[in-house]
Amino acid sequence: MESARNSNRRAVIELIDATIASRRAPGTVAVEGVDWTVEEEDFWVIGGLLGSGKSDLLATAAALTKPTRGTYRLFGQDISPTYDNECLTERLRVGLVFGEGGRLFNQLTIWGNVALPLQYHQATTGAEGEMDERIAALLETLDLSDHAHHAPSSLGLGWRQRTALARALTLKPEVLLLDNPLAGLDPRHARWWIDFLFQLSAGHAVMDGQTMTIVVAVDDPRPWQQPGNRFALLHETRFTLLNDVQEFNVLESPAPPHGTDLL
Amino acid sequence: MQLCAARALLKTPLTPWRTRPKFGAVQKVLTKPSAESIKALVLRGPLPPSFVGFFGCKLLRLILTVQGLGAFALITLGVMFSKLGTARSVLRPLIRSQLAHAGVRLLPMVLFLSFALGLVVIGQTVSLLSRVGANEYLGTVMVTAVLRELGPLLTALLVLSRVGAANVIELATARALGEVEALEALGIDPIHYLVVPRVIGMALSVFALTIYLNLCALASGYLWAFLQDVPLKPGEYVQQIAGALEGLDFVLIALKTCFFGVIIATVTCYHGLAQPLRLEEVSAATIRAVAQCVILCVMLDALFIVIYLVG
Repeated sequence: MESARNSNRRAVIELIDATIASRRAPGTVAVEGVDWTVEEEDFWVIGGLLGSGKSDLLATAAALTKPTRGTYRLFGQDISPTYDNECLTERLRVGLVFGEGGRLFNQLTIWGNVALPLQYHQATTGAEGEMDERIAALLETLDLSDHAHHAPSSLGLGWRQRTALARALTLKPEVLLLDNPLAGLDPRHARWWIDFLFQLSAGHAVMDGQTMTIVVAVDDPRPWQQPGNRFALLHETRFTLLNDVQEFNVLESPAPPHGTDLL
Repeated sequence: MQLCAARALLKTPLTPWRTRPKFGAVQKVLTKPSAESIKALVLRGPLPPSFVGFFGCKLLRLILTVQGLGAFALITLGVMFSKLGTARSVLRPLIRSQLAHAGVRLLPMVLFLSFALGLVVIGQTVSLLSRVGANEYLGTVMVTAVLRELGPLLTALLVLSRVGAANVIELATARALGEVEALEALGIDPIHYLVVPRVIGMALSVFALTIYLNLCALASGYLWAFLQDVPLKPGEYVQQIAGALEGLDFVLIALKTCFFGVIIATVTCYHGLAQPLRLEEVSAATIRAVAQCVILCVMLDALFIVIYLVG
């Protein structure tokens, strides 16, 4: 029964033998030989050390950058050759939450940040009448209602990160990609994030009960262990699929002593 | 043997620690350097010490800058027309905000400048014209010097210094902090959201401010002439101005001021957005943008002088 259900699931993101360039160090490879298929309702946890290319992989998965080699398909559509408005509909079905405070727009309030995608894509999404209700419901669910008219810079990292999540959920995406969402958060916020993302994956009321496909890139994958989750490791430019969270032990090997790389 | 190894090690240039890859990120260099990295090296790398190399590099920079600016202007124009009706509810407040920033808030400064301009032009010319008994040309001087040339150019320089420079800093910081990428992730075209409102807002602002500056300069010109006991009635002064003005003046002043605004917005947005910048490079980008705006505005002004002379 389980296998029959799995076989019916569609692939939402496909990377085939893809090489992804680093955005931080132009001209260098971040990850290569990526063969990765994200199917709907998957919950992926990508582990890797700092600078291992997690953000670059997520940017490519969200159709922000194209792979330098290989094939990239989003909802079955090959959009590697060109990135133009033709694939805008597919791109809007993917939400991306950036790390380090979520890259909010400081000239807008929290309400403005969350409402911006809906205001901009009103014609595309046809959500003209329900905008205020949608934003209010999102802010309420994410405990942001009290901060709705504050500037992002006046809030702490945890609340800014939640605002980034609310902004990504505004357009009701089917796939949610999160770049290191727990970085710099205290245990209370971190627990909230893990619980909320598991709820989103199973179908949350704020998403009208629809199940979501979630990909989380993290430094420490241990808190994300849950039956059914899928794991992958980014290490030394290689992308490796794992069977269990225990296989992330390679990340705990000690760093080489300072200076040995010179010799 | 050990000595040889030590010598070899000493001869090996050490990589600075900042550029070394972090642990866990064994980065491989792509087989071919990208066009962007070569362009960045030419544009922002150190100039070669040799005479020929120095000028060659300067020439390459000029060509790349002209190419980049031209491409950016065409892309902006394309986006402006292809997304004419898109997201009006988002763009209208942004345009209004630009009009407030580059227009309304600059009005006191423009009025002060126009008052000073009337003093400078009339103060200098009245004594000269009185000596030769040519006070009836006072209005003509105001039209030729202030309305056609100094008014639009001064307004453009004022907008550039107060708003254009801030534009580069704002956009370059947004790009360096990843806000532009965040816009793309939300399916929002950064050119449409960040550049188009600035181009429209600045074009309208420079045009409107020039009208205020010109009107106020004409009024202050008469005030200074009156204070210097020039025997000129207000009606005669207005008649002189009306006589010196031609229909073409209105068209060319409108076109020139709008183009000044477009140039300032396009060049400052190009330097803020078109290249990936680190935070420490923002000040250098601002200086480049301001210098290029001044050069382009003066060149456009020269072009309009030719049109006046031919027309």
